[in-house]
Amino acid sequence: MQGLIFLVVAATSGFAAVRLVTNKNLVHAALYLVVTLMGMAIIFLLLTAEFVAWVQVLIYVGAVIVLLLFGLMLTRAQIGKTALDRQQRWVAGPVALVLFGVTAPVLWRFFDGRTISLDRQSGNTEALGTEIFTKFVLPFEVVSVLLLAALVGAVFLAKKD
Amino acid sequence: MPLNWVLVLTTFLFCVGVYGVLARRNAVIVLMSIEIMLNAVNLNLIAFNGALEGDRLIGQVFALFVIAIAAAELGVGLAIVLLIYRNSFTVSLDEVNLLKW
Amino acid sequence: MVTTLATAAEHGAEVAASTGAPLEMAWLIPIIPMVSAAVIWGVGKRFPKKGAEIGILAMLAVLAGALVVFFDTIGHIAADEGWHGYERAVTWMNFGPGTTLELGFKVDGLAAVLLVVVGVVATMVHLYASSYMHDEVRVTHFFASLSLFTASMLNLVLANNTIQMLVGWEGMGVCSYLLIGHWWEKHENSSAAIKAFLTTRVGDVGFMLGIFVLFWGAQSFNVGVISEMATAGDIAKGTLTVGAILLFCGAIGKSAQFPLHTWLPDAMAGPTPVSALIHAATMVVAGVYLVARMFPVFAAAAPVALEEVAIIGSITMLIAALLALVQDDLKKVLAYSTISQLGYMIAGLGVHAYTASVFHIWTHAWFKALLFLGAGSVIHAVHSNKMSDMGGLYKKMPVTSITYIIGGLALAGFPPFAGFWSKDELVLGAYTQAMEGSGAAMFTFIAMLVTAFLTALYVARMLALTFFGKPKYDEKHVHPHESPKLMIVPLMILAALAVAGGWVGLPGEMNQFGKWVHLPGSEHEPFNMMIAVVSTGAALAGFGIGWAIFRLGKVKVDLQKTALAPVYKLLVNKYYLDDIYWKFIVRPVRDRLSAAAYWINMKVLDGAVNAAGIVAVKTGDFMYRDVDQGLIDGGVNNLAGLMGLAGSKLKFWQTGNMQRYAAAMFLGVAVLVGAFVFFRI
Repeated sequence: MQGLIFLVVAATSGFAAVRLVTNKNLVHAALYLVVTLMGMAIIFLLLTAEFVAWVQVLIYVGAVIVLLLFGLMLTRAQIGKTALDRQQRWVAGPVALVLFGVTAPVLWRFFDGRTISLDRQSGNTEALGTEIFTKFVLPFEVVSVLLLAALVGAVFLAKKD
Repeated sequence: MPLNWVLVLTTFLFCVGVYGVLARRNAVIVLMSIEIMLNAVNLNLIAFNGALEGDRLIGQVFALFVIAIAAAELGVGLAIVLLIYRNSFTVSLDEVNLLKW
Repeated sequence: MVTTLATAAEHGAEVAASTGAPLEMAWLIPIIPMVSAAVIWGVGKRFPKKGAEIGILAMLAVLAGALVVFFDTIGHIAADEGWHGYERAVTWMNFGPGTTLELGFKVDGLAAVLLVVVGVVATMVHLYASSYMHDEVRVTHFFASLSLFTASMLNLVLANNTIQMLVGWEGMGVCSYLLIGHWWEKHENSSAAIKAFLTTRVGDVGFMLGIFVLFWGAQSFNVGVISEMATAGDIAKGTLTVGAILLFCGAIGKSAQFPLHTWLPDAMAGPTPVSALIHAATMVVAGVYLVARMFPVFAAAAPVALEEVAIIGSITMLIAALLALVQDDLKKVLAYSTISQLGYMIAGLGVHAYTASVFHIWTHAWFKALLFLGAGSVIHAVHSNKMSDMGGLYKKMPVTSITYIIGGLALAGFPPFAGFWSKDELVLGAYTQAMEGSGAAMFTFIAMLVTAFLTALYVARMLALTFFGKPKYDEKHVHPHESPKLMIVPLMILAALAVAGGWVGLPGEMNQFGKWVHLPGSEHEPFNMMIAVVSTGAALAGFGIGWAIFRLGKVKVDLQKTALAPVYKLLVNKYYLDDIYWKFIVRPVRDRLSAAAYWINMKVLDGAVNAAGIVAVKTGDFMYRDVDQGLIDGGVNNLAGLMGLAGSKLKFWQTGNMQRYAAAMFLGVAVLVGAFVFFRI
């Protein structure tokens, strides 16, 4: 059952991702990103990573998408079809294909037979919190400083002077 | 659930992201593609966290850190895109070639 | 936190419990100037003397610490002849079993002696500079760099492992660069700084490779461990030889040995106190110190590595002494003299005269720092570097003159001045090896005697042209007067050391220095009266001839009637000789190697010709113009041009298209993954 749901969701988000990078309408691209990210959140849930899944929904689907849409508006992207991408595909396509063609079989062979255990209490937010605030408290603080720095930097860069 | 399946999905999403970064010329779409790549990495972290023995949640902790850093990256990235737009009235990466000799 | 490493205990150094307190605290000595550098850079500008006082305070603290450590060390040595030194370390980086990088220090006789040298000279130079530089630009920056330099040098001296030595070594390089280019607004100064930095880098690459080769052989960076393994024969001889030669490349660069010596004369573009501290007494002896510190490796790699050391040192001392004869710039005479004396030390190590070489570092530091500071005082007075603008300063600046003359006599090697005792021991060391049938040592012995003669000759010329004879400066506009007290006091202290500093190494039972710095296997030779007489005789002859020419030679009528008439004729005809050199040497060289030409153009031959020196001058000019400026400098310039050409062609790869760059990156990732799969599965 879980395997079936995974396959369906994976196919959906994979398709949405492909549409995102190939489609010409910029706003549609942002909506496809929502689909992909929601799909990922469902997979997180399937893998019992509950807390991460909800963070994903809140941050990505809630904040990031809005931010990107703002970005599209503020740069006055044509809503609707844009001009064709320049002839960069003949480089990008092969590179992406080669990367996939080399990496995927290797991973498949290396991890053949390994399974992800789904019965653990891994979605336990309490366990995750304990982990972060005991073992990872210094990185956590560093991340908060980084966020602050990014905030100040973004304001400084984007402000009209 | 087999680890393989998740790995192939993440590899696929990562490569789609790579294609987007390389092929699209709108800088905002490039940023979206980067988000896809980061998400693929997150999925990898969580999958391996589940596949490895032991009951610590280090992979999920890392995924959370990646999400936080991705948000910071996106904020700064969009600010740069806006700045470029304000200075040269374009967000097409092929028209921004400051790195040229 | 602080643990005594197992490695330290393994190779016989004493552990913490068994020694007194002063040595345990020796690591503080480099920390003091490091902190003062940070303080000066931070808040130095707000002080009335712009940070100079902080530097001086720090140097006094360093000096006090160095003296405490020094006396404690000689106390240990007096109590126990076989005392190995005190070593302590903490783990710096851990790369897995067997590959730990330590952060530690090692105090033994060698390090203690160097500590005193650095402490005293740095203190004197700081005192002097606080007056010399006080109305110059960027004083704060100057003193901060000096402090940082001192910290680097002390770190090198105290380091117990090769990596830490490299850190100090490169730190000195950076500070030297900053200080040579202190007046960077003038183009020559900034290019001299770049030249000094890049030329020494060439040697540094060798040093680094040498460290890796020795690590490969010994599985350790620890100096003591490497030395013991080398002595015990636990490292293959080929590895040792390659390692030793590579290390020596570093010494060639830093100590300005042939063929990388060209940077040192140009480095005189820096302020004079810098020349005294960095380019005479401390940094340039770092190469000698390196060879001395790693001497067991060189000794175990004998004869190849040691003979190379001896021959390079001998060549250097000869050509540099010849070049010193023809310079008109007072500081450049001293610069070439420094190169020559460094050649002495290096060659001394090459002939197993370990103690004598370190002794020469000790004495040379006193008199050469004195000479440079004295030269600064003179230059301050006449506002010119050129000896042809000086003369007759003896009456105007008595203290400077007397101290300078003392320094000159010490350099020339007259008893009982400091230079005599160390030079004599070096010559004796070479003689002993030569008598045992070593060809390289024979060459070294002869080179040392000839250099002793030439040294006295150029010292006589320098003293005569600067302090005696008629004033050659513009008497209407320039009124030389004695320098301020703050500059004179360091001169007097250093002069006292230049006289008495050698007395710690008196022959026989009195020889304390031989006990302080001693290496089993390179035994100290007993005093030999014959050698002393011969080397002093060579120096006396050189000085006498030089004095006769450059001081008395001004009296034309007398000279023409004496046996020195041909000399006088040549003096008169010096322009005629210039023409010959111009036609047959300069012009062809310039036309072939246009890159070197403008340099030669600016170079005006000082037609200093003398009785014994006519051959010397010809050889000197040939070396200077053809080999030194033409071949070596020209080669470097052409190489740089080639790089520029390649760059101008290859730059078109940079299209500025970021996505193209990213594509290349990801393709590289794919290739790497493929390679791993292909080779590992």
